[in-house]
Amino acid sequence: MTFLTYLISGISLGSIYAIIALGYTMVYGIAKMLNFAHGDVIMIGGYVSYMVTTELGWSPLVSVLAAMAVCTLLGVLIEQLAYKPLRAAPSLAVLITAIGVSYFLQNAALLLFSANPKSFSSVVPIDSIRLFEGKLVISGTAIVAVIACAIIILGLTWLINKTKIGKAMRAVSEDKHAAQLMGVSINKTISVTFAIGSALAAVAGVLLVSAYPILMPTTGAMPGIKAFTAAVFGGIGSIPGAFLGGILLGIIEILGKAYISTQLSDAIVFAVLIIILLVKPTGLLGKKVLVKV
Amino acid sequence: MLTYGLVIAAYIILRILLAGGHVSSALQGQLVPITAYIVMAVSLNLTVGVLGELSLGHAGFMSVGAFTGVITSASLTSSVPEPALRLLFALIAGGIAAGLFGFLIGIPVLRLHGDYLAIVTLAFGEIIKNVVNTLYVGIGQSGLKIGMTSGNALNLGEGGKVILNGPMGAIGVQKISSFTAGFILILVTLFIILNLIDSRAGRAIMAVRDNKIAAESVGISVWRYRMTAFVTSAALAGAAGALYALNYSTVIARKFDFNTSILVLVFVVLGGMGNIRGSIIAATVLTILPEVLRAFNNVRMLIYAVILILVMLATNNVRLRAWFQRIRPGNGKTPVISGGGDGHE
Repeated sequence: MTFLTYLISGISLGSIYAIIALGYTMVYGIAKMLNFAHGDVIMIGGYVSYMVTTELGWSPLVSVLAAMAVCTLLGVLIEQLAYKPLRAAPSLAVLITAIGVSYFLQNAALLLFSANPKSFSSVVPIDSIRLFEGKLVISGTAIVAVIACAIIILGLTWLINKTKIGKAMRAVSEDKHAAQLMGVSINKTISVTFAIGSALAAVAGVLLVSAYPILMPTTGAMPGIKAFTAAVFGGIGSIPGAFLGGILLGIIEILGKAYISTQLSDAIVFAVLIIILLVKPTGLLGKKVLVKV
Repeated sequence: MLTYGLVIAAYIILRILLAGGHVSSALQGQLVPITAYIVMAVSLNLTVGVLGELSLGHAGFMSVGAFTGVITSASLTSSVPEPALRLLFALIAGGIAAGLFGFLIGIPVLRLHGDYLAIVTLAFGEIIKNVVNTLYVGIGQSGLKIGMTSGNALNLGEGGKVILNGPMGAIGVQKISSFTAGFILILVTLFIILNLIDSRAGRAIMAVRDNKIAAESVGISVWRYRMTAFVTSAALAGAAGALYALNYSTVIARKFDFNTSILVLVFVVLGGMGNIRGSIIAATVLTILPEVLRAFNNVRMLIYAVILILVMLATNNVRLRAWFQRIRPGNGKTPVISGGGDGHE
């Protein structure tokens, strides 16, 4: 029964990683850039939700919507100001700019909210469920995280496969120049991608601080790196891959913590990643790129 | 030659300023870290600029070198009383250990390419940080002892000393690093890297970077040259780590995390890929910059971030670059980031 408890908390943590990883993977698939500031957008989402619930005293649902609105705006703004001018630049230059944005967000949060950790009260109004005479406890946050992740995956799959903007995204990801010739606006498509990714980051941020209720300017950094790992794990650029990678990473992390070592749990996660990449160099569901001479 | 001249001139100027007491104590404290970061940046440039592979775990090698250096120095305290000689041994040991790790890590890492290679180096950096965090190393009557539970469990006996105390890091480190040692390490690093780049091996490495298949088809062993560059880079980072660690009385593993790897990468990209002199200048300027901005107190890191973004935009935006070239023709100071680079005379 304890194994089941760990497994469920792993899936719930994995769902949060999956939501963050989706943001990484979409931006990578379309703009071909590693957006290292994504983890810090999560942190901003957490703070917005915190401010709305504790300072303004509004309902948790409103705070989630507010966090999504602020992060969407922030994501688009970052893209317009920092990444758009570098569209033609080498990818490393964009990477460093993203790191600059990450420093900026962390230090702005430090100034606005101070370094003192804030304790976040969960936005999920559902009580824990007790099964098998209380031997198996599933927290409300865990349930909401899994459901949110499922809804997001279904929604994104629909968006990408059935809508016009989704078709544009697929086209840009396949071949930027050909898409442009066909009348797809690359800038608009990339902006929409950033908007969606950032809104997802806000949801992930609120869920993350609901499950692990300590909020600091550096809160987003480590989950950001792990979600990035998850995205690579599943094959970066692939949406089902990000989902699979996120869930697996969450499970490995929690089980590693429970059965092997608390201190080494991160090391275990990264070791599994390395092994997976050695067997499948482009991740679990990544496309194999053939090099033609 | 210009690069050596620059470093030697900077050293002499600083020595004169130090003798005259013109250097603030904050900057004096930064001198050894700056030299360590210069070595880090130059060595990372070999991987990123010359070999053309993004490494996000360079601080991991620094960590290996740092703790090997600390342990070496502590074990040799009685047998080698001369600090300068002990520092030399520590730097060599740090370099060898990191080089060895570089080789072991290189076997799986160099099978991959691009972003996948980058994420695996990140993963190794994090693993090294986590493992060092759980290590306990002590020296007692029966020599060095290593454990993973606690300092007391090492059973060091009388007169024993815990060198590395798990998450607390290395404690009671003798500060034997000096600015002069750092300066010599920079010169040695430059000598190794500039000669490597100009050698047959260096040209092979760059050929592999520019076109792997073409290089392979003219008989260049891709694996061997990629490994040469990777191990050299790791070993130098290890020496820099030993130098850095022996400048402080306590060193923790968390110091050498992802953020440090990124910081060094920023030096390399800002200085110009493959441009060794650029790395030196960027490492120096960006290490001093937060100190200079201290007047702005708590907004200094915010300003640092804004400067970083603006510099990247200014040097990489096509339109802005054209504009810069129009108003300042022949200006060679603006770091230009390009795939290749030949700024090493």
